Amino acid sequence: MKSKLILIIIFTFLIFCFLIFYKGLDKPNIYTPKTNIEKNVPIFKAKDFYSNTYINSKNIFIEENYYIVNVWASWCAPCRKEHPLLMKLSKNKTIKLIGLNYRDNLKNAKKFINELGNPYTQILIDKDGTLAVEFGAYGVPETFLIDRNKKIIRKFVGPINKIIIEEIKTIIK
Amino acid sequence: MKIFKIFLIIFLSLGFIQSQSEEKNNDLKNKILKNIRCLICQGQSVYDSESDFASSIKLIVNKKINEDMSEDQVYKFLIEKYGDWIIYEPTLNKNTYVLWLLPLLLFLLGGAIMIKNLKFKK
Repeated sequence: MKSKLILIIIFTFLIFCFLIFYKGLDKPNIYTPKTNIEKNVPIFKAKDFYSNTYINSKNIFIEENYYIVNVWASWCAPCRKEHPLLMKLSKNKTIKLIGLNYRDNLKNAKKFINELGNPYTQILIDKDGTLAVEFGAYGVPETFLIDRNKKIIRKFVGPINKIIIEEIKTIIK
Repeated sequence: MKIFKIFLIIFLSLGFIQSQSEEKNNDLKNKILKNIRCLICQGQSVYDSESDFASSIKLIVNKKINEDMSEDQVYKFLIEKYGDWIIYEPTLNKNTYVLWLLPLLLFLLGGAIMIKNLKFKK
């Protein structure tokens, strides 16, 4: 009876270990951020791209609009790829685009905007990347969708594509 | 001359206190950075990495410590931004109960079996 009980315990333990490892097989060992998030827009102070003056986040997200915060840099090739789509999206009146210029050379960044156009209503300078951390970004490009209640409701890692644009349009309808 | 000496002592004491506090902050910063995973580099902590992401996190951690945030508050801030994965040592929550409590349960079970066996032998 006693040996049977020990066997059952060992067997249950082995099954448990097997299930844990089996479940772990499906999980990637690299960071996969959650895209369906809901958190408040961080409170921050940042330098404006053109005027070089400090702006408070409370004065950026003031209107009852949807906002997009796009983390970009002139040295980032995928940013160049997604830029035409952002230009198209900027024509939509129900959404405002805020650019976050990430760890960039200001001269190169201005050249990038002059060359490809400016889809943003405001561009903020994030010279040391700390502002991107406040948003929860870990690279470029990354895009955050903010709803009318000033909550970040979606996070898109990597360049924006047509499918993502459609998803954004559906949400803001 | 006496006043000068007093000022010198105060000045040196203040300098000593400041350097002590800086050292303490530095130790805390390094401890935190070693426990933060660099999300874009495989198998490296933020402390060991020189990537853009790691250097931004280093600056943020430094800023938060200077704002008098405790170690737990810094972790909480980072978990809020990036999830539990960013911390090497997982915190106790509903997803990690098994991880934290299983070794304790096994230890208690093993202890109970040992005690029972010892009693049986006596």
